[in-house]
Amino acid sequence: MSAQTTTSTVPKELRDAPSSTLSRVMRSEWTKLFSVRSTGWTLLALVAATIGLGVLASWGTNHGWPQMSQSDQRKFDPVATSMSGFALGQLAIAVLGVMVISAEYSTGGIRSTLTTVPSRMRVLTAKALVFTAVALVVGLATSFGAFFAGQPWFAKRGIGRAIGDHDVLRAVIGGGLYVAASGLFGLAMGVLLRRTAGAVTIAIAALLVLPGLLNVLPGAWGDAIVRYFTSNAGQQISYIHQSGNYLSPWVGFGVYCLWWAVPLAIGAWLMQRRDA
Amino acid sequence: MIEVRGLTKRFGGTLAVDDLTFEVPPGVVTGFLGPNGAGKSTTMRLILGLDRPTRGTALVHGRPYAQARSPMREVGALLDAKDVHGGRSARKHLLALAQSNGISARRVDEVLDLVGLQAVANKRIKGFSLGMSQRLGIAGTMLGDPNVLLFDEPVNGLDPEGILWIRNFMKSLAAEGRTVFVSSHLMSEMALTADHLVVIGRGRLIADVSTAEFIAGGSTNRVRVRSPQQSELAALMTARGVAISQVDGYLEVRGIGCDEVGDLAAAGGITIHELFQERASLEEAFMELTRDSVDYHAPGSREPAPSADETVLGPEVSR
Repeated sequence: MSAQTTTSTVPKELRDAPSSTLSRVMRSEWTKLFSVRSTGWTLLALVAATIGLGVLASWGTNHGWPQMSQSDQRKFDPVATSMSGFALGQLAIAVLGVMVISAEYSTGGIRSTLTTVPSRMRVLTAKALVFTAVALVVGLATSFGAFFAGQPWFAKRGIGRAIGDHDVLRAVIGGGLYVAASGLFGLAMGVLLRRTAGAVTIAIAALLVLPGLLNVLPGAWGDAIVRYFTSNAGQQISYIHQSGNYLSPWVGFGVYCLWWAVPLAIGAWLMQRRDA
Repeated sequence: MIEVRGLTKRFGGTLAVDDLTFEVPPGVVTGFLGPNGAGKSTTMRLILGLDRPTRGTALVHGRPYAQARSPMREVGALLDAKDVHGGRSARKHLLALAQSNGISARRVDEVLDLVGLQAVANKRIKGFSLGMSQRLGIAGTMLGDPNVLLFDEPVNGLDPEGILWIRNFMKSLAAEGRTVFVSSHLMSEMALTADHLVVIGRGRLIADVSTAEFIAGGSTNRVRVRSPQQSELAALMTARGVAISQVDGYLEVRGIGCDEVGDLAAAGGITIHELFQERASLEEAFMELTRDSVDYHAPGSREPAPSADETVLGPEVSR
């Protein structure tokens, strides 16, 4: 009798099974991602820029092949050339990664989100998982698209590759992995800075501008910085010819993953502590 | 039930919330009143776990809200109606909230009906008026049918019809036994809506009383008297230790009633032309209580000028 009275004072919702599970929060994040127009536009930009520039580069290389020096011809990487549009495409996915979290802060939506799911780690985990899945699928589609759109230009000269050739499948799948990792770099910057403009600026600088500029650094330490720097390390996964200064495909990709994993971990720690 | 104990929040050098302790019981509408920058919104954010308290605790159902197992079934909160992504349609916004707590899409349509937004459900929120956004925010709070509700300035931007709707809505929620905690800077609004008031100023608790008591307490015993022998009357009062002041050609007497003033005048042989009890309005009561806790005064506005239909303390400044 008294036991019954005791249980009845506990509100029903406190006795229910937990309702905001990770899979439910992931469904919510999926709805959020695909209910704003910018997502579709950004993914379209990724696909169009990557394949478009890849075709342009493949066409241009084929055109200029007779004028290329013998050493340049030896170093020629037909797979990487067809996917060279990732230099721009990576920015599109990084911007989307930034927006997945920064748009919540800029609109104030984060307060609705955290009021309905107070566990911040669950929100961040759900966002990261849903976004990674989308980036990976679109990235792989883009990578295969760029490869198959680029290779026909090389076919006439017999310098192209087929998907079954040595290392080619790894490089093409690697292109998809590279896209997902670049997206996660954007996400990490978004979590860390919570501001769209700042996070996008850092992503462009770190992924596009600095990797080229760093070549001016002299000496062995300069070479080392260049070798381990963001996209310089990460893009090795989509090459079939590795030049001397650069890391091997999987080591390079592993280093690239540290470039997003460490800031993401710091961002997650900060998100737990900061006022929303 | 919401329990706030010793709640303190410091932003840099500013104490936004200073050692607040109060309870918000179920079954009544509890109003949360305070002037500009008093810390109302911050307190609500602390209750919801959006901000970390510097000291103290805020408990919902006896534990911090961050540990809620079924958040939307426990608490519905509307802080700022514009805290939404404008690029999303009303329905998708509510659907995303609902999905995160395993609430069905059917319930989304129910709450859209409840607030009368069914016709614009597929329109992007960007184009909504503030009133429509408020209704959308209220729809969001009701998705999980929670028994604790927090509203920060919910009548902001609503037309008179909308204000009446909210007022009745909050009363009906409380009548169903729910805990309803609503902040406002419109005192007349609170007089009509709230059963109980928690009043704060500069982050400190000023009053925690029923609305009826608050109004009654504000009507301090003030009597105004007009006489052709004003100075003699004043001297007589002062000699008896009664507090007096000159206001608009009247003598204002504090601490004693009309009867005593009349008797004193008669005993002193002083003619009286006018004698009446002054009744303070809710606005005056509020101003009196919070006078020293208002952060910013307009030049020359030390003395509040009530009498307006509703006294608005200026726009709420979020930190």
